[in-house]
Amino acid sequence: MVEHTGIRVVHRGGSKINFREPVITSDSRFLLCGSGESVKVYSTSTEECVHDLQGHTDLVTGVVLNPSNHLQAYSCSADGTVRLWDFTDGILIKTFIIRYHIFSIHVSEKHVGVLFVVVPMANEKGSELFQLVAVHLPRSGDPEVEVGELSAVLCDVSPNPGAVSFGTGGEYIAAAKGLQLEVFFFKKQKSYRFSLKSGMNKGINNSFTCISCHPKEDCIATGHADGKIRLWRNFNQKKEYTYSTLHWHHNAVNTLRFTPEGTNLLSGGIESVLVQWRYTQENQKDFLPRLGAAITHIAVSPDGSLFCTSHADNKITIILSSVKVSAIIQGLVKDDCVRTDLMIDPRSKALVLNGKPGHLQFYSLHRDKQLYNLDIVQQEYIHEQGVDQFQVVKAAFDTHGDWLATVEERRQKSSELEINLKLWSYDEQTQSFVLNTTVTAPHEDQITAMCFSPSPETTLLVTTSLDGHFKAWLLADHSDTEESASWSCDFVGGYHLLKPGCCCFSADGSLLAFGFQEVVTVWSPTSWELLTTLSQPPGAVRDLCFGRLSCSKYLLGTSTKNQLCCWNLLTCSLEWNTPMDVSLLQADPFSENMAAFCSQSGSTDLFVFKPSEPRPLFSKKALCTGKVERAIFAPRDQMLESSEEYSQWLNRSQLYFLTQHMDLMTFSTKTEEDRLLASSKQLMVDDSVAITPFYLLLGRHKQQQQEKQELLTNPLAERTPLPQGSIAIKELLDTPAHVLPSASFLCSMFVRSLLVSSSSARVEKEPAEEEMKSESEEVDSDGEADLFQPKQELWGSAAQDPVEESGAPVLTKAQERELRRVKKLDLSWLSSLLDC
Amino acid sequence: MGEFKVHRVRFFEYMPTAIRAMSFNAHTERLALARVDGSVEVFNFADRYFQEKVIPGKDAHSIEALCWVGGRLFSAGLHGEITEYDLENLRPKYSLEAYGGPIWTIISNPQGTHVIGCEDGTVKLFEVLAEGVQFERNLDRQKGRIISLSWHPSGTRIAAGMMDMIRVFDVLTGHAIQRLLVDRSVGGCKSRETVVWTVVFLSDHTIFSSDSAGKVQVWDGHTGTLVKTHQLTKWDVLALSDESSVVAGTSEGTVVQFQFIAPNLQQQEKEWVRTRTFKNHTHDVRALVEIGTAIVSGGMDTQLVVRPLLEKFEEKCFASGLRRIHFPHRNLVSCAQKARLLLLQFPGQLELWRLGESDGHGKPGDILPLKTKPEKLLYLKRKGKDHICCSALSSCGGWLAYSTVSSVRLYRLQTDNNISITKVPKLPKVLRSAHQLCFSSESSYLFAASSQSSVLVISLNQSECKYVHTLKPKSGMWILIYRLCVAVDGKWLATANSDCEVHVYNLQKLELHCMVPMYSSCPSAMGIHPTTNNLTMVHADQQIFEFSIAEKQYTVWSRKLQMQGLHNLWLNRDTPVTHVTFNPKNPDQILLHDMYMFCIIDQSLPLPDQKTQFYNQMTLRSLSEQERPSHLHAFKVCKSFQDLMCMRLLDDQSLVVVERPLMAINSQLPAPVRQKKFAT
Repeated sequence: MVEHTGIRVVHRGGSKINFREPVITSDSRFLLCGSGESVKVYSTSTEECVHDLQGHTDLVTGVVLNPSNHLQAYSCSADGTVRLWDFTDGILIKTFIIRYHIFSIHVSEKHVGVLFVVVPMANEKGSELFQLVAVHLPRSGDPEVEVGELSAVLCDVSPNPGAVSFGTGGEYIAAAKGLQLEVFFFKKQKSYRFSLKSGMNKGINNSFTCISCHPKEDCIATGHADGKIRLWRNFNQKKEYTYSTLHWHHNAVNTLRFTPEGTNLLSGGIESVLVQWRYTQENQKDFLPRLGAAITHIAVSPDGSLFCTSHADNKITIILSSVKVSAIIQGLVKDDCVRTDLMIDPRSKALVLNGKPGHLQFYSLHRDKQLYNLDIVQQEYIHEQGVDQFQVVKAAFDTHGDWLATVEERRQKSSELEINLKLWSYDEQTQSFVLNTTVTAPHEDQITAMCFSPSPETTLLVTTSLDGHFKAWLLADHSDTEESASWSCDFVGGYHLLKPGCCCFSADGSLLAFGFQEVVTVWSPTSWELLTTLSQPPGAVRDLCFGRLSCSKYLLGTSTKNQLCCWNLLTCSLEWNTPMDVSLLQADPFSENMAAFCSQSGSTDLFVFKPSEPRPLFSKKALCTGKVERAIFAPRDQMLESSEEYSQWLNRSQLYFLTQHMDLMTFSTKTEEDRLLASSKQLMVDDSVAITPFYLLLGRHKQQQQEKQELLTNPLAERTPLPQGSIAIKELLDTPAHVLPSASFLCSMFVRSLLVSSSSARVEKEPAEEEMKSESEEVDSDGEADLFQPKQELWGSAAQDPVEESGAPVLTKAQERELRRVKKLDLSWLSSLLDC
Repeated sequence: MGEFKVHRVRFFEYMPTAIRAMSFNAHTERLALARVDGSVEVFNFADRYFQEKVIPGKDAHSIEALCWVGGRLFSAGLHGEITEYDLENLRPKYSLEAYGGPIWTIISNPQGTHVIGCEDGTVKLFEVLAEGVQFERNLDRQKGRIISLSWHPSGTRIAAGMMDMIRVFDVLTGHAIQRLLVDRSVGGCKSRETVVWTVVFLSDHTIFSSDSAGKVQVWDGHTGTLVKTHQLTKWDVLALSDESSVVAGTSEGTVVQFQFIAPNLQQQEKEWVRTRTFKNHTHDVRALVEIGTAIVSGGMDTQLVVRPLLEKFEEKCFASGLRRIHFPHRNLVSCAQKARLLLLQFPGQLELWRLGESDGHGKPGDILPLKTKPEKLLYLKRKGKDHICCSALSSCGGWLAYSTVSSVRLYRLQTDNNISITKVPKLPKVLRSAHQLCFSSESSYLFAASSQSSVLVISLNQSECKYVHTLKPKSGMWILIYRLCVAVDGKWLATANSDCEVHVYNLQKLELHCMVPMYSSCPSAMGIHPTTNNLTMVHADQQIFEFSIAEKQYTVWSRKLQMQGLHNLWLNRDTPVTHVTFNPKNPDQILLHDMYMFCIIDQSLPLPDQKTQFYNQMTLRSLSEQERPSHLHAFKVCKSFQDLMCMRLLDDQSLVVVERPLMAINSQLPAPVRQKKFAT
């Protein structure tokens, strides 16, 4: 078997955005956060991802703004490099190679040209001790620089970046670990250590969890595991130091942050309440409750106008300084375990899995964005340990995405298992799933598998359970009565009281296979007749998969005793089998390919094969450590045209899988990467507004408006009045009077709009795809010039003469001037329109 | 260790009263403490917080404030009088009516001038003279009562806390020069006046005030402007105290410290910052003193808490530990060993109980069934206004005596079948009051520690009592005698006075036999051995001495103990030993107890050194019979009885243990006025 170097395993989508503290840029327009191997730049106003700064080859472990240039940011990664980015354009400026696994990065305005990074004491990954080292950045023009000079500042620090903080003006650095706080003064080159008494014997855990220094005064705030916040003062001496204690949190304080002026202290913890303490008047505090999940990080913009909180459910909340939530950036919610399978919603092509407790989340893999949450359990979740609550454990879609079946269960220590089967129908009107039928206690024991019949004639759901039965559920049509259709049980089957573990429909829905421990039974779902039994002992059947397309005569099964078997259904005999410990078998719905994840000595290997061919299409050894339990083939929105044989299986769909550590990984081919790179270069747009369908719509609208204005103000141009009842007129009528142009001006325009024109059709028909794009660019560069005068030279390539690029008919100078004036006017007009 | 039948007594419903005021004399290191019932206690902070003196209270005589002038202690209260105390005779020396209605506060300046704040709005200046105090003049009279006062250290200004405002007076002219208005509570009812409970005037003219709206405010005394407001609680801030820092006690039971700190370490400019919070009380903190190395606080929950400031200590020592003082350092229980009676002393009454009896037998640790239940025989209410200061019961149970500040009463008791009590009518004239009473073992004499450091010897017989002699030390100094103990054979009497001197008198010759060599710490308990006549003394600093009266020198065992030194765990115990007795069956055994343990010292066993395990009862139990002797040492400590008030060995070799669980005290306290609720 051949290892293919052309295919890489990458993090794409669904990575944690709450791993490290996000950074808000100095103009509060963008939010930078490490997300897997890249740094994402989000717009704080639209929540859209503006740039994806790619370049690191391992987890990004910290992002900070360059203190000497507020348009640049440093990011550090576990790959041992620190990279300097221009985040407005998404350009990698420099790479500093440090060659240590970097855990966090800290900068200070006072220390120009010096970065502080936390690295392991000994240069090995498993090391438990960490040190804070100063990295003196060499002044060299090369894009890739090796850094030689490292000087240790503090030994034995916590790898948690929240436990290190720079003090007033960068004069000292404070680090906390365990029960000890250490303050290092740069000027005196002296450090002071303060330790707390362990309260373990009293059942108190008062170890330090986080730290923040006051930006103006010499005061260090520390958070503790028992929920206390201590404010340390007078810490430049061994004895006379003192601290005051604030206590609101009932659990560990996860994060602390002073606002840039030091007037407020923000803290957060598992209570998912943002607490704002007034500095020196700590009795007055403000709360922002119900933030959804435990707060893990807090960041404050340099001007103090925005806060943002990262949450344990992979979410970043952007909060105005008036303590109001303004935006939420939601990533893929991954609990410590994914109970449901990974699924693809056939309609939205979104990845579906359980997210927030009791919810299913729909996650767009292409846009790396959560689409929405579907509340399955419809019960209030109680944030308390030890309370058993309903959990979504299974979910399944039918082929068209019209029906969704979910199973929720709750196991309380003393009482019986509670199971609910819910069936949801898709409502075209509301564009979401609506509960159709609830079946309480569909089985007497846990449901092991569930699938819809793919056949277009019947709507059939099959569930198997540990109680030894499988049940078929049919949508009973009550067309004669008023009631809408609901689901009911159609057939209950079993096989020798064995427990069914899995089930699978053939691609056309004509066959149904169940794995009853060691026996595979094949049924006909139309007549509920046992057609045949297949068996390959020893070992219970773990997974079953029918082949597709040309291989539909094959049924593949994996067993617990290291067997991968392929039966020919025409002969009802074993075609081939191979000894493999397959932990997961997944069929590609768009081809005959199958993916088998084999766990072997602590790591997982992947084989992609066709059931009909003995040679695997693709294999990868040691894909990741640990067992892969969940994987899915997701359709591509755009076919790849890879000609290389080894990557052909990725042309139509993409294989995603979840590792042991809940990282969502996928495979990326060379062609794909090239394409991405090309598109990212092409994508030079305004950074304040991301390209979204909504934006495109608005851009079109804007262009129309502009054309109209141009025509109105230019009497020489051909009159092309707008069609009646256009959006523009509606909007005009909805706009408050004080922002509208004068009535006489509007009146003539309105009258003209009522006139029927012969050329209106022509204007409408014009697709003007190219023109529209250039127009929008034009407007953007114009707006850019208004807002960002000094950035002009940076833009360089993008800010070419807009008129020339647009390919519009050449205008006279006077006309051009007029046009510019109109554009400016138009912009302000529109923005006010948008604001209301 | 030996096995005893134990009477575990929990019917002594001793109830301390709330602490109202405190004053610390930094020169003599004495803390004076006033309780709500009017009693005053003096603690010696140089001698392990030993409670040296207790001046009993008086009905309708509440104290609002205490103040030291040199070594003299003054108090004032709502009865409208200034009282000076006679600290040697433990009684008020005189009282002076101030003619201003109830007095809320009394303070003095280093020059020896008193000021008091009165209900009628006057601030009165008194001059402290050698023989008393004398009214000097009034400052400008204000509307409303004067709640709190504070001298500026220069002695030229006084800040006065009133209702809704603070006034600053110029002492020379007597005029009010500043009027600082204090806000009413935010959110609460605006109609309720804000009481400025305390003010503190610092030398840089900063004024701190604490009020009933829960604020601590910092004012500039020059300009009369508010510098900063700290909202500590929603309720009252009741006490403030200053030294190097300012501490404030709240009605939630917390103590909050403010420190004068530079916000930027490089700069000299400092400001007052709220720093630490201590929570050692369950109820209101009514009195607070900062003594340099510690914060001493007391309040409604009756305990005195010494909270050390750890940054002032270089290393761990006795003073660096948190101390709570719950029980008085003296005995409130007397026991008649032969008659099996207990006399319980309360400020207002005496109770006489007969112990229960059991004839059961059981294993160690068993609870034996009672044949007869303990029985309250007598409830004796005191006469007059003064509270009882001491009481005694003879070991035969035939005599009972108690003393107040003004009189001594002696009763004849019959407890056999029908209980009867008869007052002995004619007491000798000399016997007017006593600090300590003690009967000889065969009940033929009563010894009373009286004023002028003398001990009166009264002989008792069936019908009458007769004054015999006054025992006096040779030196003419009048020093308070606070401990008495008599030898069982009636030959010797030992006395301890508050100068740490121990005198031994020969009762046959009625003269001073000898004086025990001086030791720097007060003896907290003494006992004379019944057979060897050795005097065993345990001091407040936990040192133990054994003095042979016959040879007039320390015994060999005592010298050995001093040579080797006591175990650190013994020396660092919290509370002083309050009683020493001996086991008549085993002359080697000395029994002693403090609040948390009782201990049997077996003089025949080797002394423990620092390396041996001190509390070894559990280890010994797990060892086999052969190994046991090698692990034995002289100190056998039993901690199975907690919150001990008294422990006695009866004649039938059974132990009486009187416990007063702190939980029971806490449950009888009134509910806290304000309590912090979770998540508020």
